[in-house]
Amino acid sequence: MRKITLMIFSFVIWFLLVWPFDPVTGKLGLQSVIAGVVVAILVGLLFGDKIARELPLSRVFSRIFWLLVYVPMVLWYVVIANLDVVYRVVHPDMPIHPGIVKVKTTLKNPAGRTMLANSITLTPGTLTVDIVDEYLYVHWINVQAEDVEGATKKIVSKFEGMLRRIFE
Amino acid sequence: MSSNMIVGYIFITVGAIFDFFGCMGLVRLPNIYNRLQAATKCVTLGTIFILAGTAIVTADPAISIKAGLCAVFVLITSPTGAHALARGAYLSGVKLWEKSVVDKFKERAEEIKSQRGEAR
Repeated sequence: MRKITLMIFSFVIWFLLVWPFDPVTGKLGLQSVIAGVVVAILVGLLFGDKIARELPLSRVFSRIFWLLVYVPMVLWYVVIANLDVVYRVVHPDMPIHPGIVKVKTTLKNPAGRTMLANSITLTPGTLTVDIVDEYLYVHWINVQAEDVEGATKKIVSKFEGMLRRIFE
Repeated sequence: MSSNMIVGYIFITVGAIFDFFGCMGLVRLPNIYNRLQAATKCVTLGTIFILAGTAIVTADPAISIKAGLCAVFVLITSPTGAHALARGAYLSGVKLWEKSVVDKFKERAEEIKSQRGEAR
């Protein structure tokens, strides 16, 4: 089942990439579709059992819903992060107090942790350097709390609730 | 000039401005870790704005879909590349800036280095 899901998923991505198949006539080019089907089947067979575990359908829909809520939230933080960086770069004194802090996450799922690390990198002043089990090492351009609890509260807590609904 | 072109060009201009500030950060900030911050954040958002602007200006489904896919891939790969660069820089001995306030990664880096030494 997972293999078929991945096959369909990779074929859809391929389908979107080769759209509209034939730029001259706008018709469906048979060659692209055959190539896409072959590649999608190969990818599905090879990597089908590497992707996430199977879930009941209702869980899948709630996850997709929370993902759709999460993406605009992250984009909003990305905009804030940019204004923050612009401020620090343009300011004549460069108000930065950088350092690497350690934060703790309660997420168990590897995909959730990856997403958390990526979100941290995209949000104001923080850049994930490494993950070791449940600890993330984060380079922070303006350190406000040096201990694990304080830094966790400032950096991680705003994403964790949402990510737990998506990935666990 | 139609309205979608005006909106699209505004998007592209905003994206170019963010890219410009990202590059300015690359020049002004003191070391690799701080520079990576400017590089990942500003260039990610700038690129997404430019892609969105392109999609709006052309108003062509074929191009808009590809621009959307590119935006998704940039959002996923750009932070991942930054992790790899920052971690690689630390492990190959690039020091934090001298005015840095805290460094919790030091012990972990020593651990990784000693493990690599044993593996050899």
